[in-house]
Amino acid sequence: MLDASYYRKTDEIISRYVRDARSLIPIMQDIQAEYRYLPAELLSYVAKEIGITEAKAYSVATFYENFSFEAKGKYVIKVCDGTACHVRHSTPVLEALWKELGLSKKKHTTDDMLFTVETVSCLGACGLAPTMMVNDQVHPSMTPEKALALIEELRGKG
Amino acid sequence: MGTITINGKKYEFTNEKNILTIIRNAGIEVPTLCYQPELSVFGACRLCTVEDDRGRCFASCSEEPRDGMVIYTHTERLRKHRKLIVELLLAAHCRDCTTCDKHGKCKLQHLAYQLGVNQVRFQNHREEMPVDFSSPSIVRDPNKCVLCGNCVRACSELQGIGVLGFAHRGTDAIVTPAFNRNMADTNCVACGQCRVVCPTGALTIHHNMTEVWQALGDKNTRVVAQIAPAVRVAVSEAFGLPKGENSIGKIVAALHRMGFDQVYDTIYSADLTIMEEAAEFLDRVANGGTLPLMTSCCPAWVKFVENEYPEFKPNISTCRSPQGMFSAVLKEYYRDEANAQGKKTVVVSIMPCTAKKMEAKRPDYHTFGEQDTDIVLTTKELIRMIDAHGINFEDLPSETCDMPFGLGSGGGVIFGTTGGVTEAVLRRLTEGKDPNELATIAECGVRGREGIREFTVPYNGIDVKICVASGLANAREVLESIKSGEKSYHFIEVMACPGGCVMGGGQPINGTKQVRRETRRQGLYNADRELVFKRPHENPLMDVFYNGPFKDKTHELLHTSHHE
Repeated sequence: MLDASYYRKTDEIISRYVRDARSLIPIMQDIQAEYRYLPAELLSYVAKEIGITEAKAYSVATFYENFSFEAKGKYVIKVCDGTACHVRHSTPVLEALWKELGLSKKKHTTDDMLFTVETVSCLGACGLAPTMMVNDQVHPSMTPEKALALIEELRGKG
Repeated sequence: MGTITINGKKYEFTNEKNILTIIRNAGIEVPTLCYQPELSVFGACRLCTVEDDRGRCFASCSEEPRDGMVIYTHTERLRKHRKLIVELLLAAHCRDCTTCDKHGKCKLQHLAYQLGVNQVRFQNHREEMPVDFSSPSIVRDPNKCVLCGNCVRACSELQGIGVLGFAHRGTDAIVTPAFNRNMADTNCVACGQCRVVCPTGALTIHHNMTEVWQALGDKNTRVVAQIAPAVRVAVSEAFGLPKGENSIGKIVAALHRMGFDQVYDTIYSADLTIMEEAAEFLDRVANGGTLPLMTSCCPAWVKFVENEYPEFKPNISTCRSPQGMFSAVLKEYYRDEANAQGKKTVVVSIMPCTAKKMEAKRPDYHTFGEQDTDIVLTTKELIRMIDAHGINFEDLPSETCDMPFGLGSGGGVIFGTTGGVTEAVLRRLTEGKDPNELATIAECGVRGREGIREFTVPYNGIDVKICVASGLANAREVLESIKSGEKSYHFIEVMACPGGCVMGGGQPINGTKQVRRETRRQGLYNADRELVFKRPHENPLMDVFYNGPFKDKTHELLHTSHHE
């Protein structure tokens, strides 16, 4: 069960929109912008408030890669695995990160909630391939070594 | 309006909503997995694709007919196309057909055979997902899902609940309750309409046949059966007998041969239900009780009200369902050592319904701390057991029910179709023996086919306003109209399955829904005609019950309110 403040915030977000099925996506986006993820309890709450079934809300939320039900780490690392990055060896970068942080295809976030590693299909910076993003910062021409050095640096910052 | 040429022959059409309907009306079968006439058109499986004279291919379910169209339904190109679709579906499908519950009834299995898919060239990359046995009524096996979405649409469009939905995308897409919850943790009412429309074994009945075989095999156990009204008109079709034929006599005989010690007909307790429910109704009217009175026979409907309209809980009749009443009476009868004769008693009820499995486990369906109905079998399971026991059902001679609970009235037998409970209540409220009286009741609007029917019946100086609904989406509409103050009634009958129990989630699925519904409904009205007693109070066993050894326990045995 989430703290009551979450529901108050959600009420405030819902009040920005029409109480209707069509407001689902903007509401989910606002919640995710607030908490960096979409808490499942809040999705159920929103569904009830705007009059759609939970199954429908879940359907929309899982359709878009962008929405996440898992709380994300402080540093969200997006490794690009689009065609250009893939052929320029993005996979070793991803595997190095997974190995270093103890993550996998199934487990995206470290237990200390510091790092989240996910793949994206294209960051739109193919000329800089292989590319990686940490929160809003783009890191070009990555190698496994550069990625690990970056992790060390971020760990230092805490 | 116009003419359409199908495979070189001309056919007239009027207002058919799609080409597929015209094709099927012409007696040509085009395969489909995702098309259900009563649901919205989805157009996902593409198996109904046809070709026109210019070589254009399109899905016939989602194409409106136009005058002068020339189409072909079974060209070589279409055959290849359909075969590839099925091969691709099979590639990502559990192929353990022999151990599948849907074996022999699976549309995908049938299509694979029909189209000659002898091998599957593609590897299955889908991860195996756990099977959900959490619901006492429905088993969900996502590994057998073909993503046709029939269940998703049935649950939301027919029942207005929407437990199931699509989740994820592309090759990861699955049909699942929200947050991948177990069915038992959702607001599923267990009606089973999802499994009725499921073409494969992804949604099946949670069966309990093994428990029954075990009880039958135990010498120290007395196994007693009760058979619900709608079962008798659905078994025949599985054994090649005329659709909708009343085979109660054969079912009784079959159960006796399987080793059931006592076999009873639930119409006995349907009569009890009417006696109690009519009395409750008159009491509420006379003493200003909560109105409208809503029927309590359908467990899916009761659960629906509890889940979504708790404010109407006081409106629901305190009467137990006929299943609940009969089992409580049977258990009470065998609590007497003189009747029990040292044997344990197991009550098995045979129902057209998956939700009854859930109802049996409810705390208010326990009496004196004991579960009244031990095992619930659906009609489907009964058919399988008859077959498994090597009984030649077609040639069985009829047998009658045992005593002392083996009689029921026509009012009880029509319980199995929408409007039946209301009609039986109305019969109870009439005392005369004038046959025209029964005809008047039958024609008051109670026997209609619409999902929501309203009519008024004069009784003792008041105009009793009645509403009969089937399908929970319709029930929701009725409840909303009462909430808004737009409508008011004295009495409301709801059956969760569209058409009533004859179309229950535990019934066999042969032929079209329309034919099943009509033949079974007619079968029950015919059964009513064949019974000597028409009104519940004409059943001599009612007098025995109310003046016999149970007379001080009627409330404990027949009502839910004492067992919450």
